[in-house]
Amino acid sequence: MNLRRDVFQAIADPTRRAILLLVASQSMTAGAIASNFDTARPTVSKHLQILTECELLEQKQNGREIYYNLNAKKMKELADFIEPFRKLWDDRFNKLETVMKKYKPQK
Amino acid sequence: MEQKTKVIAESGKQEMLITREFDLPLELLFKAYAEAKLVEQWMGTKVLKLESKKFGSYQFEKKDEQGNITFSANGVTHEFVPNQKIIRTFEMENTPFGVQLEIYKFEKLTDTTSKLSMHTIYESVALRDQVLQMPFAQGLNWAHNQLQEVVSKLK
Repeated sequence: MNLRRDVFQAIADPTRRAILLLVASQSMTAGAIASNFDTARPTVSKHLQILTECELLEQKQNGREIYYNLNAKKMKELADFIEPFRKLWDDRFNKLETVMKKYKPQK
Repeated sequence: MEQKTKVIAESGKQEMLITREFDLPLELLFKAYAEAKLVEQWMGTKVLKLESKKFGSYQFEKKDEQGNITFSANGVTHEFVPNQKIIRTFEMENTPFGVQLEIYKFEKLTDTTSKLSMHTIYESVALRDQVLQMPFAQGLNWAHNQLQEVVSKLK
């Protein structure tokens, strides 16, 4: 179980974004999703697992099949527009920290 | 885990506060803002001019491989107190974002850690919101382009 998985990390991957786009229009089974990609089936399953863990996807049992659909609430949370801005500054400050840790004063 | 960099931007206000705790002594943190060579390294821009003193001014620039200028910014320093405070204006040229006032406060936490508070005041609430949303919009754009690429390969 890895509930603390970062949503932004989850969508950093292009395949995972493509999966989100696919299921945005309709619920799909893992097989149907996988058939849209050249990637091996277990790789797609792994992506689905990650997206489900961070609650961007929801699973629904329908008979013997499990359907995946988009969790609209989580997607909205993801759209929190400040986070990319914060991330930008965080990266910049991390860089500053790295540069200054290497800094040797000339004496 | 608590985030090291925090952004506080209350809705309806034309200001913003960014705070960050650094694993650096105060003097080193301040130096990163005061010396051109160091600013170049962490900002990733060329520093054409950086006068770290009261009434001094600065100019930053970034070029792409073809030599086109992709980013240029300038400003004037209003206050410069080593290891404590910098007050300056900042303007990104050729953008609609206007001039912003930046108040930097540098604080010692321990001998090896320090804190930066960056208080920025924009010309209007709308401009502040635009600046805030820019990385988000770019991220979306980027994601969208990637999606298009993936989708076009599906055919």
